[in-house]
Amino acid sequence: MDFMVFQYPMITVQACLDGILLGILFALIAYGMALQWGVMNIINIAQGDLVILGGYIAYFMYLYGIHPAWGVIVSPIIMYFVGVGIYKLVINKVVDRDLFISILATFGISILFMQLMNFAFGADVVLANSGYGTTFLFDSAVVLPNSKIFSAFVSIVFAICLVIYMKKSKLGRAIRATAQNARAAKILGVDTEKVYAATFGLNAALCGVAGALISITFTIHPYMGLPYTIRSFMIVIVAGLGNLPGVAMSGMGLGVFEEFADYILGTEFRIGSVFLLLVLILVYRRFKLSRKREYLK
Amino acid sequence: MNKNIILYAAILIFGLAAPFIFPAFKVQLSILCVLIVLATTWNIQGGEMGYNTFGNILFYGLGMYLCASVQVGMFFPLAEWTESGGEKTFVHTPTQFFQGMAAGLVVAAVVPTIVAGLIGYAILGLRGHYFAICTLGLGVAAGEISGGIEIIGAGQGFTTPPFPNVGGLEARGEFFYFLSFGALVLTFIAVRAIYSTRFRLILNAIRDNEDKAEAMGIETMKYKIIGWMVSAFFCGLAGGIMGGLVGYIDSTDVAFDGREMGVFMVLMAILGGKGTLWGPVIGATVFHIFKEGFWTFFLGWQYVALGVLIVVIVIYFPEGIMGWLREKYPERFGEVVDEADRKAQVELK
Repeated sequence: MDFMVFQYPMITVQACLDGILLGILFALIAYGMALQWGVMNIINIAQGDLVILGGYIAYFMYLYGIHPAWGVIVSPIIMYFVGVGIYKLVINKVVDRDLFISILATFGISILFMQLMNFAFGADVVLANSGYGTTFLFDSAVVLPNSKIFSAFVSIVFAICLVIYMKKSKLGRAIRATAQNARAAKILGVDTEKVYAATFGLNAALCGVAGALISITFTIHPYMGLPYTIRSFMIVIVAGLGNLPGVAMSGMGLGVFEEFADYILGTEFRIGSVFLLLVLILVYRRFKLSRKREYLK
Repeated sequence: MNKNIILYAAILIFGLAAPFIFPAFKVQLSILCVLIVLATTWNIQGGEMGYNTFGNILFYGLGMYLCASVQVGMFFPLAEWTESGGEKTFVHTPTQFFQGMAAGLVVAAVVPTIVAGLIGYAILGLRGHYFAICTLGLGVAAGEISGGIEIIGAGQGFTTPPFPNVGGLEARGEFFYFLSFGALVLTFIAVRAIYSTRFRLILNAIRDNEDKAEAMGIETMKYKIIGWMVSAFFCGLAGGIMGGLVGYIDSTDVAFDGREMGVFMVLMAILGGKGTLWGPVIGATVFHIFKEGFWTFFLGWQYVALGVLIVVIVIYFPEGIMGWLREKYPERFGEVVDEADRKAQVELK
C-alpha cells in the first residue's frame, strides 16, 4: 500500500479530489462551530452528534420514498428547532460560566444523543442512496461519485448564503455585534438571549445540512459524531475564529490529509490519525507561541 | 488530630473486613477502589492544578495493556496468545501468574509515569480548554491506534490470564479486592502526604494564576509535570489491576474508554468537590453506589441516564458535595466566619 501513492499518480489525484470534496463538508461544520464559539464562547462537543442527527433525518426521508437530497432543505429546518431547544434547556445556563463547564455539559449532551440515536435508529451503518451515478475522469482512472460533487456544491451554496445573511440581515448584524461585545450590544437594545438562541439554532441547522449531505455521500452511524466535532475544532483552531477563507482552506487540507492517511496507514488508523493530528497541531502551536512567552488562549 | 487517627483506623478496618462482610459485592468493592484512585488522581490535575484533563485515561489504558502483556509475555509468546484468544493454549501456573502480575504492575505503574514525563512538557504548555480538548484527543487517539495493533489483540480484544486455582481455593475476588484496596491506600497516603507539603500550595498557585506564580519564581512547568507523573503512576497501577479484574481488554470499550471511565473520573471528582482531599473519595463512593443501584432500573438506558447525570451535575452542582458542606458549615473547615460579612454577602447577592 505504502508505495502505491507514488507509483500510481492517479491515486494521488483521486485522494486529493476526494479530500477536497470531503473537506468542503468539514468546513461547513467548522463554520457552525466557529460561529457559536465566537458569539457565545462555547465549545460544543455535541456538534458531531447534531451532524449525525441531521443525517438520520435525510435517511428517514429516503426510507419513506422521498429523495434524500430534499433532506438538505428539511433537515436544517428541523435541526434549527432542535438547536434552539438544546439552548433553552441546557446551554443558556452555561454561557457565562467557565469554558470547561460548557465542554463537560455538551459532552453529556453528546453521550445522551449518541445513545438516543442508537435506540431510535439502531446501531447499523446506514446510507441514503441518492442514485446520482458516478463521473469517470482520466480514462476512468479517477472515479468520483456525483453525490460527492453535489454535496460540495450544496455546501458552498449554503456557506455563501450564510455569509450574505450574516452581512445583510438584521439578525446577522445583531449576532456580529454580540460577538464583538455582548454587553455593549445589550445596552444598545439587542436581545442577546434571543441572539444566542438563534446562533445555536443556526449552528444546528448548518450541522443538519452537513449531516444530510454526509448521509448521501458517506455513511452514518450513531457513534460517529465525536470525530466530526474534533475535525471542526481542529479546523477552527488552525484557521482562527471569523476567518472564513481560512476555514475553507484548512477544511480541504484536513480532507486531503485524511484521504492520504487512509491510503498510507490503512483505514483502521484513519480516525486515530485525525485525533493524533489534533494533538500535534496544538503542540506545534504551543511551541511556536512559547518562543514569544505566550500561550494558546 | 486524635479524632482523625480513629477515623482512618475505622476506615482501614472496615476496608480490610469489607470482602468478608459483603462477600457478594467483592468485585463491586474492587471497582470502587479503582474508581476512587482514578478520581483522586484526576483531582490533582483538575482540582488542585486547574488543568481539566480528559487524558488520564491514557495512562489507565496503557497500564492495563502493559500489565497484561508483561504477565503473558514473560512466559509465553504474546502474539500466539492473543491470536488463540488466550487461555485455550497456554496455562499459567500459580507461581507464574503471581510473578507475572507483580512484574506487570510494576511496569504498568512505571511506564505511564515515564510517558507522562515525556509528553508532559509538550501537552502541559497548553492551557484551559485547549488542554482539555488536546487530552481528549490524546485519549481517543490512543484507543483508536491500539485497536489497530495486532500483537495486543487489535479489534478482537485481549484476554488476560485467568486466575489460577490454588488447591481448590477460589480466592480470585479476595485477591483482586486486596490488590485494589492496597492501591487505594497507597494512593491516599501518597496524595495526602503530597497535599501536606509546599507542593499543593504551588499547584494551587498555578490554578489561581499561573502567570503570577511564574513571576514569583516558581518553575511552574516542573511542578505541572511532576503532578502529572504522580497521577500517571497511580492511574497506570489502577489500570493494571482493573485489567486483571475484568479479565478482558478491549481497546475502546475497556482500556481507553474515554466515553465511560474517562468521564467518570471527572464526574466523580466534581460530584465530590474539586480541590479537596476527601471530595473525590466521597464523590466516587456516591457515584458508584448510585450507578450500581440504579443502572439496573435503566436497563439499556444507562448512557442516557449518564448523559443527563453529567448535565445535571455540571450545571446545578459544580461545587460538589464538599463545596456544599463547606458553604453550609464553614466552621468545620477551619474557616473563620464573620457574621456581619456573611450578611452583607447575602444582601449583595
